[in-house]
Amino acid sequence: MNMLLTKARSGLLMGVAASALVLTSVAAHSETIRWARVGDALTLDPHSQNEGPTHTLNHHIYETLVGRDIDGSLTARLATEWEISEEDDSVWIFRIREGVTFHDGTPMTAEDVVFSLDRARTPPSGMAALHAAVEDVTAEDDHTVHVRMSGPAPLYVQNLTNTFIMSKAWAEENGVEVAPDFAAGEEAYSVRNTNGTGPYRLVERDPEVRTVLERFDDHWDDTPEVTEIIYTPISEAATRVAALLSGEVDIVQDVPVQDIARLEQTDGVIVSRGPENRNIFFSYDMTSDSLASSDAEGNPFATPEVREAMSLAIDRNAIRQVVMRGESQPSAAPLPPFVNGWTEEMDAFSDPDLDRARGLMEEAGYGDGFTVQLDCPNDRYLNDEAICQALVGMMAQIGITVDLNSQTRSLHFPLIENWETDFYLLGWGVPTFDSQYVFDFLVHTREGSYGSFNGSRYSNPELDEKIQALATMTELEERDALIAEIWEEVMEEHIFLNVHNQVLAYAMRDGINLDVHPENQPHMTTITFD
Amino acid sequence: MLAFILRRLVQSVIVMLTVALVAFALFRFVGDPIASMVGQETTLAERAEIRQALGLNDPFPVQFWTFLSRAVQGDFGISYRLQQPVMELILSRLPATLELALISGIMAFLFGVGFGVYTALRRGNWLSGSIMTVSLIGVSLPTFLIGVLLIWVFAVELQWLPSFGRGETVYIGDWWRTGLLTPSGRASLILPAITLGLYQMTLIMRLVRAEMLEVLRTDYIKFARARGLSNRAVHFGHALKNTLVPVITITGLQMGSIIAFSIITETVFQWPGVGALFINSVRFVDVPVMAAYLMLIALVFVVINLVVDLLYYAVDPRLRVDRASARS
Repeated sequence: MNMLLTKARSGLLMGVAASALVLTSVAAHSETIRWARVGDALTLDPHSQNEGPTHTLNHHIYETLVGRDIDGSLTARLATEWEISEEDDSVWIFRIREGVTFHDGTPMTAEDVVFSLDRARTPPSGMAALHAAVEDVTAEDDHTVHVRMSGPAPLYVQNLTNTFIMSKAWAEENGVEVAPDFAAGEEAYSVRNTNGTGPYRLVERDPEVRTVLERFDDHWDDTPEVTEIIYTPISEAATRVAALLSGEVDIVQDVPVQDIARLEQTDGVIVSRGPENRNIFFSYDMTSDSLASSDAEGNPFATPEVREAMSLAIDRNAIRQVVMRGESQPSAAPLPPFVNGWTEEMDAFSDPDLDRARGLMEEAGYGDGFTVQLDCPNDRYLNDEAICQALVGMMAQIGITVDLNSQTRSLHFPLIENWETDFYLLGWGVPTFDSQYVFDFLVHTREGSYGSFNGSRYSNPELDEKIQALATMTELEERDALIAEIWEEVMEEHIFLNVHNQVLAYAMRDGINLDVHPENQPHMTTITFD
Repeated sequence: MLAFILRRLVQSVIVMLTVALVAFALFRFVGDPIASMVGQETTLAERAEIRQALGLNDPFPVQFWTFLSRAVQGDFGISYRLQQPVMELILSRLPATLELALISGIMAFLFGVGFGVYTALRRGNWLSGSIMTVSLIGVSLPTFLIGVLLIWVFAVELQWLPSFGRGETVYIGDWWRTGLLTPSGRASLILPAITLGLYQMTLIMRLVRAEMLEVLRTDYIKFARARGLSNRAVHFGHALKNTLVPVITITGLQMGSIIAFSIITETVFQWPGVGALFINSVRFVDVPVMAAYLMLIALVFVVINLVVDLLYYAVDPRLRVDRASARS
């Protein structure tokens, strides 16, 4: 009784508070958000490009079946429920939300979902690789969709967080039934025109200059406080920060590391921080007979002692303090904390122990050291080149003379792809939030769709078998145990010389509340105003 | 006359071809466009397929020939990055660059001549001294730094002018977007125009000053004074007039560089012109846009030089007389 009363009273209070909130939000916050970041979305076509900034903008116009929350968990968007079929474990069943309309007023049905998933998995769509295991997609009724996989695929739903749903009728009307092709030679209608179900409608699109979105009032979800979004890319870091300080933009998404501390002390500006789903590490050619860029006898990286010595010589805390100005999370394994398979021990690393490292080098027969070239990108990750420079000094202490070759990303990544680098820096995000993604691309022997970023040439048939088994295991506890087993082996082999997890920072006008999204996909619907 | 023009045109075509060839040879060192075009899940086999479809595996002469034969028809392909036709993309960005170049060219000319005349006439005066010093600082600081400093002072501290972008724009005709007709467009133009034109202004100022000092020492100026002409008539009617011929030539030739070197200014101010488009394309290895941009810049230089040559021909009577007498 007492309980009930309290509940009723607090309900009443809440009601009053809520109406007060509504009042103030109408009075002060019929709000436009002017949002700046380093680059523009490449296209507004929902499936053409699998690229971060493109998805981030498109998430406001289009919607996915499932969404990714701030803590990394899945949320229901256009799908209200999803499960693996009880009769056939290779079939995923999605219940599609009812009462959802596209911006042109037509209702969204299972047909549109089937069409969108088919469009997304058909080349030249940039999303095709995420749907490679899909056999066919069918609509069972207006609000149920079945996706048949080539085998059990317990993680498939994790691949759907950036696959947008578009209108079938609209696509057919405008001749964009397939994603635009680079080789086609003409612009597709969907590059600059949209028809999604998202919380905002496209008003104006001027690529690389300005994109204006306004709130879609018939959206099914809670009404966001932000009524209008003006998105402007500003590529120069100094100008981006200046635009925030002069009040010309409200939110700056890509804040240079060196400006974070200063911005925090500036009146009227606040900085929101959080871990990013991206890890930075070094790796090396572990299997070739000799290294192209080295004067050493044989391949020093093939010797476990050398790899261990390097992990004892790297000073991760120094990199955090000096290079990253405190804005990073040093760790020993290439896995961000919110990813399935991560354990606390993975972040633990021993302090540098140069004596032991030198001893190990001696043991391995490289007591006099050796020279090697380190390939490093200079425009891809936060302070990537400076991290490499720091490593040069640390390796010199154990006799490894590192010759640094830093260059633009379009020159760096082909080196890894073509196995033309002995020693390199790479960053890796895990969009599926599961360790299998790391193993598939970085640890498994390079063959078929596996190991495309395995620049270490590491190949372990036993481990490969385990990795392949992960894909179809539906018993989650067993699966997690196997993941732990694989990690143990990977860590023991020192396949990666890990540095840290990146930390993201968004700077904004005081009075705006926006949390950092681990995928760096901030959603303007989540903004609240003080 | 006709033979002269024809010869010049043939030379221009050769220049354009050379630029295209050099540019194309350089693209091989810019890197692999595929890396930025596809997501990290794309398999190596799929990457190879895209590379094949785009013709990136063809031998160099074949790629070059394909590019040339299409370019002649005005088809520069589709941008890898923005998925829009390259010609359309460049034409839509060109007005921004041309307006910026024109305004900063005019500013450089007016202030350059004005300051040049003043410092020549009032030598030793403290104001001329400070103009000279400031101009020296302006010319020795890199454009990037000047831009950032101007933003800091006028946008962040004083908040008088916008720090980035082009402000509000309106269309004149079908595709010319101008910022000159709106207040925010004009305000946005000031800082980039100063940044871009500062070097040219200093150059013109020093040229005018040196020429003026030279001319003021000549005999006809002394005679003009002896005739009792006013200072004004002597300085502007006689001295300045005679210094302007080389100044106009230099200014005309510099217009080409202003357009070509607007890259840095456009990047600093997020000015949506062809220079910023080019820089973003380099980062992305967007070969079709890079190729078209370099051809465009080559064309600008070639046309300006051609016009200047024709003007010489028209202006310099000796050239015409020589030709005429040679023919007879």
